Amino acid sequence: MGREFIDGNRAIARGALRAKCDFFASYPITPATTILQEMQASLPDNQGIAIQAEDEIAAIGFCIGASMAGRKVMTATSGPGMSLYSENIGLALMCETPLVIVDVQRQGPATGSATKGADSDILFSRWITSSGLPVIALCPATIEEAYELTYHAFNLAEKFRAPVIVLSNKEISMTRETVDLDRVKLQPVINRNRVLPDEAVFLPHAFTRPDEVPPFADFGGDRVTRHTTSTHDQAAYLTSHPRIIQEMIDHYFAKIDSAAEEIARVKTDFQQDAETLIISYGITSRSVAVAVREARSRGIKLSSLVLQTLWPTPEKAIRSAMTGVKKVVVPEMNMGQYRREIERLSPPEVKLVGVAKMNTQLLTPQEILEQGTVL
Amino acid sequence: MNAPRRGTYLNERFGALAFCPGCGHAQLVKAIDRALVKLQPDPSKVVIVTDIGCIGLSDRYFITSAFHGLHGRSITYACGIKLARPELRVIVLMGDGGCGIGATHLLNVARRNIAITLIIANNLNYGMTGGQHSVTTPFQGITSSCPEGNIETPIDLCATVAAAGGSWVYRGTVFDRALSDVIVGAIEHRGFSMLEVWELCTAYYAPRNKLDKKGLLSLLDRSGFKTGMIANAPRPEYSEQLRRIGRKKQTLLRNREQPIKEIYDNTVGKQIGIVLAGSAGQKIRSAATLFAQASMLAGLNATQKDDYPITVQTGHSVSEIILSPERIDYTAIDSPDYVVLISQDGFMATMDRFRRLTEHCTIFAHHGIELPQTNARCYSIAFAAASEPIGRNAIVIVALAVLLQISGLFPLEAFSDAIRRFSEKNAREINLHAVRIGKELAKKTKKE
Repeated sequence: MGREFIDGNRAIARGALRAKCDFFASYPITPATTILQEMQASLPDNQGIAIQAEDEIAAIGFCIGASMAGRKVMTATSGPGMSLYSENIGLALMCETPLVIVDVQRQGPATGSATKGADSDILFSRWITSSGLPVIALCPATIEEAYELTYHAFNLAEKFRAPVIVLSNKEISMTRETVDLDRVKLQPVINRNRVLPDEAVFLPHAFTRPDEVPPFADFGGDRVTRHTTSTHDQAAYLTSHPRIIQEMIDHYFAKIDSAAEEIARVKTDFQQDAETLIISYGITSRSVAVAVREARSRGIKLSSLVLQTLWPTPEKAIRSAMTGVKKVVVPEMNMGQYRREIERLSPPEVKLVGVAKMNTQLLTPQEILEQGTVL
Repeated sequence: MNAPRRGTYLNERFGALAFCPGCGHAQLVKAIDRALVKLQPDPSKVVIVTDIGCIGLSDRYFITSAFHGLHGRSITYACGIKLARPELRVIVLMGDGGCGIGATHLLNVARRNIAITLIIANNLNYGMTGGQHSVTTPFQGITSSCPEGNIETPIDLCATVAAAGGSWVYRGTVFDRALSDVIVGAIEHRGFSMLEVWELCTAYYAPRNKLDKKGLLSLLDRSGFKTGMIANAPRPEYSEQLRRIGRKKQTLLRNREQPIKEIYDNTVGKQIGIVLAGSAGQKIRSAATLFAQASMLAGLNATQKDDYPITVQTGHSVSEIILSPERIDYTAIDSPDYVVLISQDGFMATMDRFRRLTEHCTIFAHHGIELPQTNARCYSIAFAAASEPIGRNAIVIVALAVLLQISGLFPLEAFSDAIRRFSEKNAREINLHAVRIGKELAKKTKKE
């Protein structure tokens, strides 16, 4: 397409289509609504279905059913809708259902400010459902990244048979910018493993090692298959056997945790001998980019680590970036949700400074430098 | 090659059906099995979706594909499966509990007419949790959560679903001799079908209310609810309609998408911010987009953010445009370089910014807007009067043309070019006229 002037929601829809998404359902909610409109405008051309559901619970329910029937599915909402997705996200984790969920974050809690941005759901996305099973969440900073990470989210969802959350923000989704999506490098499309073993009884959750991702049988394919929201064995039948229950729980954890490094995506801008490191994600990382240039122009040495994967935590990259620095600044468009993750990983000698603001406005580069005591 | 005829669709994996003695669910499961035997579908082309509650124990007994989902949401999964693969037979087994917690899905699937089959095992209470009242518990019925007798009026599920547009609705009991034939009819209906089956909960509702078969039939009779076929009015199925629309859409051209090449020069040396403020209905946002696209034709990068109330044609409309020869990282405008005010609404919505304006800022304000004291340079211009020949919708284009002509950020020709490429067809000529008016107006304009 070349250079164009589009907003993040259009880029998210493009990323989904590029990943061969062929089923979309959502309930209108600012600032995610235009994703529904984009998908409705585009999907029929691609033999797909895009529908508006009666509420968010139905939207994600439609998607889960369609994914089980072999479709590549996506839904999109904001914080209030994420609350309503919660129980079904648990189901998708448990049934190992590939599913992409776009959360265009806005100022919360509750109805909050419908048309104003905030990174409200950073911890919510991690602890979105009962049981604490690991989830995958990616966080774009730009419109190109919204495109790229939505596309990538499908690959991860299919590869790991798991729901993947894309944490956009009103400031990305509803801001138009000059972009050239042709220049974004994409990996090949990944589809779920459908190579089924020959055994008479198909096991929908077959694994030998706990970190293995079981092959997937679509509803309507050649093999009879099952899914259940209840605690189950590898055959997807209800079980109350503690050993089997623990094996399944271990499997859900191992599948994601063992792939944490593979899922981890970060951007680095390190400066030799810098004693201060800024760790940021999402839209705030763009204020950081300006702050870093400003500080360096004044002769201050400063490094920056930007996280594109928030969950599972890119621990190795965070630990490595903190090596040798004296101070870590964590600016966030919330009251410091990810700071505790950094704290957990930081060596005792490192001083951690959070910069938190949640008034619907972007953190300014100046606020980051001043409140982060960088200057 | 024909598959051998199946004598049953129940498996032996779990032995006998594990329901309480006398529970209606066992009879219902057997009736569904008899219906499947009559229809002889390939088990892999049938998906039985069960809800939470005792009836949710039943999917494991079938040799078909199955999905046991969240409470009240089984209809939503079934719809997703059916939409994804219309060739499948999708049968939902739900209790009366699911009809309460998932009532919206019940109404909406009926309304949409998605071709799934919903069988409701209505045993008048929540068996799984110890016999609490449900939305179908009869008035004065005794349950563990209303031991003095139910004071809530029960929902007539069939009448409700029929009123919501259910195209095939039937009420029966597990004691009906022809139940399996009715189930066949429900499955074969080309649209949404709902079969409500009254049953005895022998663990809770039946003993607490001294009900037996005769008592249940009498209760149904006294309820005033219709029995038998309540609605059978075939109409277009949802996914068929969706596919028809989809084919139509393919013939429509996509909107005016085309790459924006770098054709013109610009004089923008660093990132600048422009605040464009007016009233809703003045085409502020679309004009801002055209302006940004024009800047891109002139080789710049741009961003645009809009602020407006949720209503239309009322209140303010403010667009913030950033232009830069470099990539734009920070997309807020803390100190604008240009402010274009074309209405009082726009001024009110941006007033907070004015005390922070510096001498680097230039304001183009509509004649008559009383600005507070600022350090900015001000032009007061009669945009509306100048725009009279072309109407209210193009005032903003006139103002932006004035800004361009005076600032020299990039050539006016780039703005006209963007209008020719991207403007709505019916606004194109007016907008081009507006640029010409703005150019002339700028020549006559003097700084205040």
